[in-house]
Amino acid sequence: MDSYNIMFVVLAGIIVASSVLTVVTRSIMRAATYLFFALLGTAGMYFLMGYTFLGAVQTMVYAGGIIVLYVFAILLTRGTKDRISENTRSKIALSALLSLVGFGLVAFIIFTANLRAQVITAPDESVMNMSTLGRNLLSTDPDGYLLPFEAVSVLLLACIVAGVMIARKR
Amino acid sequence: MIQIEYILIVSAVMMFAGIFGFFTRRSTLAILLSIELMLNATDLNFAVINRLMHTGGHEGYFFTLFSIAISAAESAVAIAIMINIYRQLKDTTADKLSKLKW
Repeated sequence: MDSYNIMFVVLAGIIVASSVLTVVTRSIMRAATYLFFALLGTAGMYFLMGYTFLGAVQTMVYAGGIIVLYVFAILLTRGTKDRISENTRSKIALSALLSLVGFGLVAFIIFTANLRAQVITAPDESVMNMSTLGRNLLSTDPDGYLLPFEAVSVLLLACIVAGVMIARKR
Repeated sequence: MIQIEYILIVSAVMMFAGIFGFFTRRSTLAILLSIELMLNATDLNFAVINRLMHTGGHEGYFFTLFSIAISAAESAVAIAIMINIYRQLKDTTADKLSKLKW
């Protein structure tokens, strides 16, 4: 049990606790706050695996951008009045049962898939460095990702136009 | 030394918490929060599988990168639609939105 394992346990606890609290808390504002911590825990998990750029993107785009957008949307609409208790008790129980059964199935598959030999060790430079990332992202080689990169840029432009078109005042 | 199963279990917990929220929430914004939770779980899975089982390539890494960009765009457009609905109908609860139904 070294510091690497302790860090993993802390991050896993944060992720599990905040993702469960996101869906059971009564106030939607609190749900957004707990989702923020779940996303930050995921970013920490990326850092732990040595994917530092991915962790930085996760922190900036998800935690910095999307959560702020959600908080603004909650405050602009009357979403703060959302209550989970409007459901009937049997519907909540059925949903919980379905989720637990699904989780049990997935956990069974994961634990019987013979992944015991796969362990993650503390990362070094060879995992993913920035020059590999840049070369892959902007090359037209067979392992290059220039086409999806450009497709995402067109998608983001379309989303900007669509967002302005939908949300503008008439 | 972390075994891959534990990270996959953490991601599965996140996924099924999102599914539970998707079923039980009433407000459309809370449903979107649950969808973000599910997308995040799949992103974590892609990164873990790429890191531990396919160390030579970077497919899962780039898939996660593009998935984050696409989910950001998706939630921006969804929130624009929510704000427009709220402006027209003064309510974003999923049960009440039946104007387009028949």
